[in-house]
Amino acid sequence: MNGLLHQIASGVASGAIYASVALALVMIYQATHHVNFAQGEMATLSSYVALTLIHVGIPYWVAFALAVALSFVLGVMVERVLMRPVMNAPVLTSVGVFIGLLLVINALDGWIFGYTIKAFPSPFHSAHPLAGGLVSPHELGETGLTLVVLTLVWVFFRFTPLGLAMRAAAYNPSSARLCGVRVNRMLGLGWGLAAAIGAAAGIMVAPVVFLDPNMMSGILLYAFAGALLGGIDNALGAVVGGFTVGVLENLFGAYVVGTELKLTVALIIIVAVLLAKPAGLFGRAVQSRV
Amino acid sequence: MRDNGTEQGVGMPDLPRASQPARGPGAARVLWTAAFLALMVSFTFFASSYHLFQLTMLVVYAVAVLGMTILTGYNGQISLGHGAFFAIGSYTTAILMANYDWPYWATLPVAAVASALIGFLVGFPALRLGGLYLALTTFALAVAIPQILKVNALSDYTGGVQGLTMDKAEAPFHLPLSGDQWIYLFTLAVGCLVFLVAWNLTRGRTGRSMKAVREHPVAAEAMGISLAALKTRTFAVSAMFTGIAGALSSIAVQFVAPDSFNFFLSITLFVGLVVGGVDSIPGALFGGAFIEFIPNIANDISKAAPGAIYGAILIACMFLMPRGVGGAIGALLRRRAARAASGAKLARAPAAQ
Repeated sequence: MNGLLHQIASGVASGAIYASVALALVMIYQATHHVNFAQGEMATLSSYVALTLIHVGIPYWVAFALAVALSFVLGVMVERVLMRPVMNAPVLTSVGVFIGLLLVINALDGWIFGYTIKAFPSPFHSAHPLAGGLVSPHELGETGLTLVVLTLVWVFFRFTPLGLAMRAAAYNPSSARLCGVRVNRMLGLGWGLAAAIGAAAGIMVAPVVFLDPNMMSGILLYAFAGALLGGIDNALGAVVGGFTVGVLENLFGAYVVGTELKLTVALIIIVAVLLAKPAGLFGRAVQSRV
Repeated sequence: MRDNGTEQGVGMPDLPRASQPARGPGAARVLWTAAFLALMVSFTFFASSYHLFQLTMLVVYAVAVLGMTILTGYNGQISLGHGAFFAIGSYTTAILMANYDWPYWATLPVAAVASALIGFLVGFPALRLGGLYLALTTFALAVAIPQILKVNALSDYTGGVQGLTMDKAEAPFHLPLSGDQWIYLFTLAVGCLVFLVAWNLTRGRTGRSMKAVREHPVAAEAMGISLAALKTRTFAVSAMFTGIAGALSSIAVQFVAPDSFNFFLSITLFVGLVVGGVDSIPGALFGGAFIEFIPNIANDISKAAPGAIYGAILIACMFLMPRGVGGAIGALLRRRAARAASGAKLARAPAAQ
């Protein structure tokens, strides 16, 4: 029983990461109908930046904030320079550009920071075991921080005029433009936010999986599974889906398929969702106008 | 539709000759293909065994990219996981050769069927939906495949993390050829066969349906094409071609291991597809050459260089040359033909007056 609870607790902790990355993916999908295959690599780059800043001697949370801010700028730049010209191009073009970006960032990581696996410090420590040793301090802190980030994002979109404008720009660009919303600027902002959320998730997961240039490829896969499970056009769905995938992954890994096939769990979830309920748990069914 | 065609033909007498698809291969094309083949075959006798191996792999990658050309170029579907089918073909051949002592040539049909079958199973759920879903599902397959190949339960067959080693193929009938020369010729022959099949497939009725689905799925469905059936079959054929390439590669390399089939293999094939030209069958050859030779050149610069160069070239292609080398050459030839035609017309015009 304790083992099961432990698996669920660490599933929730990794689910928090998947939920963040899934949210970042869904934000970009809602606004542009593109799936950002480079989301994971962008987060890895931010984690490297954070680690470098920490090694220079900057306090952890300052480094965290700087790295997240830098990713925001990177996200805005990617939208401006790479995505805007291909916004209305066929799917193949956008997939090609994203994969190109993935390769370039991955190579840059390896070139600048090296291919050796690096340990990453955790800001969360505790003198005595938490909840009878059920969760590690990092798992608890990571889940808490992610929940704070997710709440902030929700408050931002729900209660601020800027958030409303961004939702309008994503939902109906032409009407939003007629109402005076600067749609292009909102898209850039959305990209920046998504990159920042991804960066926070990357820095939070780095102490668990260790930092190397390919750190996020598995996590991106779980995030895809989470986004599809929740419905790829639904932000709340992405968060719920991310947490569900985290718990499922850990339970399947511990009791059914073994840890060596954990990535296959994501593949199975994706295929199962597409077979049973392609719109996801919270998404709207896809309709096409003839 | 047909009426429209004749009407256009009547209205603009010069157009149909240029726009009508050729019924068979033109004499020039046959000549060029024969010359190219002769060149490729002649390499057997004067290239070193290292260069022969490189050329063998060029053909292997060209066949793999050809599978993706059929899928993406002709049917408009995007796969980021064809490395998985390459792996399935490779492993089928390796398992049959290493564990059951099959001769290398007999494993090819099995590898083809196995990869087509898995392609069908993977494609089926994703293909009912739009393009991005297939890209996502195949992406997941590509990331998961090394783990599946490593799994302990199958390690009696797959050799687990260590992989499998096979014996080198030898020339049959006491031909005076070294193993490398024979493998190269064998790969070239199979490659030609697959290219011929692809060319035949795409210019007939199936090819037209595939293109119709790419251009306008709703209209294609209204014309009586079953979208799901056609897309799934196309995906299976595409997986089969790439699987055959995988089988050929394991015959040439004589070794398979899970980590050679990681996510970057799929991405590499995708880059080869885009650079060669998504909808150009000869373009697959450029794609194969790109995959085989660029990393060799780039590795001399630094370990990170191949990824960076691949990525940069991919982005540049998307912006500057979306139809790749094959498309660019095709456009060049068409422009020349058009200029020649208009030149002929100009020359004719005074005579008519």
